[in-house]
Amino acid sequence: MTDSPRIQLRDFCGFRSGDKGDISDIALFAYDDDGYKLILREVTSGRVKQHFGSFVQGDVLRYEVPNVLALNFVLRRALGGGGPSSLRSDNLGKTLGGALVRMEIDTKGLALPRLRPRSDVQWAQQTLAALMPESDNWDT
Amino acid sequence: MSVRLGGGQGFYGDTPRAVEGLLADGIDYLCLEALAELTLAILAKDRARDETLGYTRDLPRYLTAAIPAVIDGSTKIITNAGGINPRAAAHAAIETAKRMGVSGLKIATVLGDDLMPRLNELQAATSSHLSNMDTGAPYADAGTNPLIAAAYLGAFPIADALSQGADVVITGRVADAALFLGPLIHEHGWAKDDWDQLAAGVLVGHLLECSGQVAGGNFSGDWWTIPEPWKLPYPIATVDSDGSAIISKPSGSGGRVDLDTVRHQLLYEVHDPSEYLSPDVVADFGSAIFEDLGDNRVAVRDVRGKPATGTYKALIAHHAGWSGETRVAFAWPDAVEKARATAAIFTRRVEMAGLQVREWCFEEWGVNALGGPTVPQLASGIEPPECVLRVAWRCDDERTASAVGRELIPLALSAPPAGLAGMGRATGGGATELISLWPTLVDKHLVDSEVRIIMETS
Repeated sequence: MTDSPRIQLRDFCGFRSGDKGDISDIALFAYDDDGYKLILREVTSGRVKQHFGSFVQGDVLRYEVPNVLALNFVLRRALGGGGPSSLRSDNLGKTLGGALVRMEIDTKGLALPRLRPRSDVQWAQQTLAALMPESDNWDT
Repeated sequence: MSVRLGGGQGFYGDTPRAVEGLLADGIDYLCLEALAELTLAILAKDRARDETLGYTRDLPRYLTAAIPAVIDGSTKIITNAGGINPRAAAHAAIETAKRMGVSGLKIATVLGDDLMPRLNELQAATSSHLSNMDTGAPYADAGTNPLIAAAYLGAFPIADALSQGADVVITGRVADAALFLGPLIHEHGWAKDDWDQLAAGVLVGHLLECSGQVAGGNFSGDWWTIPEPWKLPYPIATVDSDGSAIISKPSGSGGRVDLDTVRHQLLYEVHDPSEYLSPDVVADFGSAIFEDLGDNRVAVRDVRGKPATGTYKALIAHHAGWSGETRVAFAWPDAVEKARATAAIFTRRVEMAGLQVREWCFEEWGVNALGGPTVPQLASGIEPPECVLRVAWRCDDERTASAVGRELIPLALSAPPAGLAGMGRATGGGATELISLWPTLVDKHLVDSEVRIIMETS
């Protein structure tokens, strides 16, 4: 048996997360049909629950939204008690979408999706270099 | 005939500057959403200090920007800035008009969302008995002395206020999308059982209610290519009588509206997208058909709706103790080890001082503070170049929560070496009140009987 290729969600998915009380709501977006088929098979509610470990004390529900090539996850008891009561830095779970796409999945038997480009912030570095030219941080 | 709606505010504290672009482009209604889940509890503190407060205090700034367009007849304003004191917000609106030398402005206030005076009666009368709609727990578990309790009203009282000739409609808690659905009901004459049209209006409202979030803000796609993000525009929807709509942005602005930015907002905080619960309809966002028309225009049509449920969602807030927090930065070498040692020393000192802490939270920024268990362990021998220790704590009272923070200060000279630096005002500083939220359901007829519209003229 050969190893099937693995891929990180970050390389072919988008995301947005928000909150309602102690529930974290995370949407995961594919960018083509191949990507959608992959997340549909691999990113199950059980897998998401396992991925977040102790961050999520309750269950995880998954909703399929094929008209926008998306899955929506509802994570219960996932915000340390909910926004205004939680002691966490990210008490609203705004970063949990990013934490979700850290997941690596198996692509065995399915076509690979188109990979997404990586960020390029030349424009920002030019702005900052003009303000702080002596810094070594801006590789413009 | 189509109606143009502008989403001019996404939260209390958003910038009124974006309103200018919306008005310049021409909108029939400027809809301002000011109330996150927690906001009413913040406003309750304001009102406790001063009876004339309890609304979002940036309302006059929005009105100052928009009243000229109301006076020339091009725009009306719908906002939930009333918070827990819509009457006071109406008075502030009248004062603002006066300062601008404007008279004859018709201001409607929608009342009836506030359940505080009737909480005991409702607990007995409503089918849920105010049990928690997420967990099923009985209301007895919620805590004592609620701070606020409000139902999320629907769009029909807003439509009624507009039918009575209002130029400005001020509400307390309503479903966010109702601020947008209200004017659509009024203009298109939609009935209470026009489920598909109501669902389309809810979907449009949901897309616009978070201001810049549909126009390239908080966008995980190719976010770095969003044009001129420093002048991100706020969105516009052009909605036909059958509910089909075009989402766009003011011409000549920065930002972007395309299928990707729109779908990011479509699924924001909606739980089950095929059954999005709103007071006026159960909307199926999965049924919608989207088409990218190019030039920052996205069409949406064929939204399906099902009959509304018999209940309103309500949110009750309770006091949940006091918290404090502190942050300390550590440099290589052994940054993480020093952070952990300092956290342990700190908690031992707090214990020795006899201060009772109900809950601790330890985070290692630069390691896994945000990603938690999803972050892979660093390979053996690999150290992060720096680490910020963040400690937060929950105590029963404000004095204890403050005193805990002061136990950190002596560690400046008495803890692990190299690079200890107190960060931020939180170190040894003041405590913050914590608030728990209790979502529940209330039978509609028990709320509707109290809904009133008050009209005033400036």
